[in-house]
Amino acid sequence: MSKHGNRTILVCCGPGCLSNHSMDVYEELKARISQAKIKAEVKTEVKATGCHGLCEKGPLVRIEPDDIFYTGVKVSDVPEIVEKTLLNHQVVEKLLYHEPSVGRKVISPKQTRFYKKQMKLALRNVGEIDPSSIEDYIHRGGYKALGRVLSELSPDEVITEIEKSGLRGRGGAGFPTGWKWRQCARMQYYPKYVICNGDEGDPGAFMDRCIMEGDPHSVIEGMVIGAYAVGSHEGFIYIRDEYFLAIRNMSHAIEQARDKGFLGKNILGSNFDFDVQIVRGGGAFVCGESTALMASIEGKVGEPRAKYIRSVERGLWGKPTVLNNVETWANVPVIMDRGAEWFSSIGTENSKGTKVFSLVGKVQNTGLIEVPMGMTLREIIFDIGGGIAGGRKFKAVQTGGPSGGCIPESLIDLPVDFDSLNNAGSMMGSGGMIVMDDRTCMVDVARFYLTFLSEESCGKCVPCREGIRRMLEILNEICEGRGQPDDLDTLAELGEMLKEASLCGLGKSAPNPVLTTLRYFKDEYLAHVNEKTCPAGVCKNLTVYYIDESQCKGCGLCQKNCPSHAVEGQRGQPFAIDETKCIKCGSCMDVCRFGAVRIRGRDKSWK
Amino acid sequence: MELKDFSYARTILEQYPPERRFLLAILQDIQKHYNYIPRPILEMLRDYLDVPLSKLYSVATFYKALSLKPKGRYVIKVCDGTACHLKSSQSIIDEIKKVLKIVPGSTTGDGKFSLETVNCLGSCAVSPVMVINDRFYGRVTPSRVREILEEYGRLENEQTWK
Repeated sequence: MSKHGNRTILVCCGPGCLSNHSMDVYEELKARISQAKIKAEVKTEVKATGCHGLCEKGPLVRIEPDDIFYTGVKVSDVPEIVEKTLLNHQVVEKLLYHEPSVGRKVISPKQTRFYKKQMKLALRNVGEIDPSSIEDYIHRGGYKALGRVLSELSPDEVITEIEKSGLRGRGGAGFPTGWKWRQCARMQYYPKYVICNGDEGDPGAFMDRCIMEGDPHSVIEGMVIGAYAVGSHEGFIYIRDEYFLAIRNMSHAIEQARDKGFLGKNILGSNFDFDVQIVRGGGAFVCGESTALMASIEGKVGEPRAKYIRSVERGLWGKPTVLNNVETWANVPVIMDRGAEWFSSIGTENSKGTKVFSLVGKVQNTGLIEVPMGMTLREIIFDIGGGIAGGRKFKAVQTGGPSGGCIPESLIDLPVDFDSLNNAGSMMGSGGMIVMDDRTCMVDVARFYLTFLSEESCGKCVPCREGIRRMLEILNEICEGRGQPDDLDTLAELGEMLKEASLCGLGKSAPNPVLTTLRYFKDEYLAHVNEKTCPAGVCKNLTVYYIDESQCKGCGLCQKNCPSHAVEGQRGQPFAIDETKCIKCGSCMDVCRFGAVRIRGRDKSWK
Repeated sequence: MELKDFSYARTILEQYPPERRFLLAILQDIQKHYNYIPRPILEMLRDYLDVPLSKLYSVATFYKALSLKPKGRYVIKVCDGTACHLKSSQSIIDEIKKVLKIVPGSTTGDGKFSLETVNCLGSCAVSPVMVINDRFYGRVTPSRVREILEEYGRLENEQTWK
């Protein structure tokens, strides 16, 4: 362990760790370090960084160059870290990550399966740098690509390079980025605009947020390169208003970039002018749709329009516009820096490069990951994700956000790329990956997404506005035990209609969660409709909780955790649930260590 | 309703040039300052931007971040994103509904609490999550709900509890 030189302590301040109070840990570390008067030759710097990825084990603290990785750090652990690790070069054993694959604790993040299998391009700096420091970004090679582009390449050469790289849009549809740029560059009327779509609204997705918070300059650099390629001088970054930290870090980064001459007039002495401004979103999911987003920037209601004419021809204020999402922009500098050939060597034939996912739901290692395209779902969920939480059984994984689909266990070896996911009835989407176990009801999942989409449908076109609602009504009936046998056919028919007739991507893809669950989990729908049972025990009207007396050890944990005082009995004796008081929240089942809490259908057919 | 001082709204407006494109940003600032969008300010905005009131109304009702009714002093946001939903956020919402006797999207009679559901706060690792004003509560269980709400002072409708 080095005793000299600079030491950097990186405290993760991504969304997961922040909600675990990592900011308090950061402040405490700073205070303790200045108090301890750490020797002059060791310059210790504490940095609040963006997301390190392993949110499940947060707050995360890394110490460089020692390569020590602490998890679950509390404020009360700080004195020990300072005393042992910083002053005496010892490792604090209890804060190390336990790596299940080798069955022991490991010191370096590189020894964990979670990090080992990942490949970070878009996230190359997230968690490594202080997002408020442009020097940190430049130090890691930032703005180098921009310098080369402006001094050596023509706009046409930039576009050719992006085309050759095979980069496809990371926001959902996977449209080839280079082609989009070329179409816009061809338009001969001005002004032209470039837009960054940071209106990440998918429930269960926080990739773009982490990039904007953790490495804002990579997005700005990508946009300047894109603007140069298409001939635009004005750009907008549209960010969800809820992402206040992303807005703050991005605004700060824009100011720094202006100061250093990476934005503004005559960038790096090239005679090329470009500047960006931030537009805050208003909390409408449909504004993630490109034409709705442009309407929103114009100060109008965020409704999409029919795209007979594409936005590369007539977009924002009727002018040629290139819109890409955050992750796409963040990939651009890497491609220009390391070359299209290198980039296109990563991934599969039609999906190049890497993809960032937020791996959430019932998986051990919840967090933010980036993997090469083409990795299988199994590798992602079981190797990186560490398998299903609580040792339960894997049931499905949902990709593509609310308009994606659920992929069942039988397809777990599916490679993750644009085309394979589409063929399975789902889609890449922006990269939410939600893992579900046997305690997840697929009918309820479909209902959940449709509830979300029915609220977020802007109401402009009838198929989407009315179709989603009718489908939702049917799903509500099924979940409440009033489903009819022909409901399933009606659902499928309505779904097809929505796909065909809706105006924008929101409506066209809205039936996906229903259609894929119908395709892969029809049994579960039939159980709800015919037997009035919810096999997963989620639909409250179809579920009765009870305690298996032969398994109950009388520990009383369920009684303690029941919010409605429905568990009756005394410690040491088997407990029982009073059905009339039970609100079916499942708390008892989750806390029971003996598997004594069971569920059965409403009609008392024991499972 | 009590008479309110809307003079600060003028200061907010004048930070922006009188162009339609700044409408959403202005409304968001007003929402932040006043906790809602008062009608007199919408009228002020109509004159400032020269946009008909009906258009302003449609924007103010379209975006979720904006509200035409005052929100409570404590805004409870329960995340009902996918990860939280899978981890029973509905039970959390049900429990709050029972305790505060309000449904999502409404405010208690005393103006103390507003209940909202939101779609993903990006804190899926500690789901289910709820946020009261700016404070995060992770891994919430129905039994912790009452405990958490009590941190915000005695609850007025105490008698409804068993």
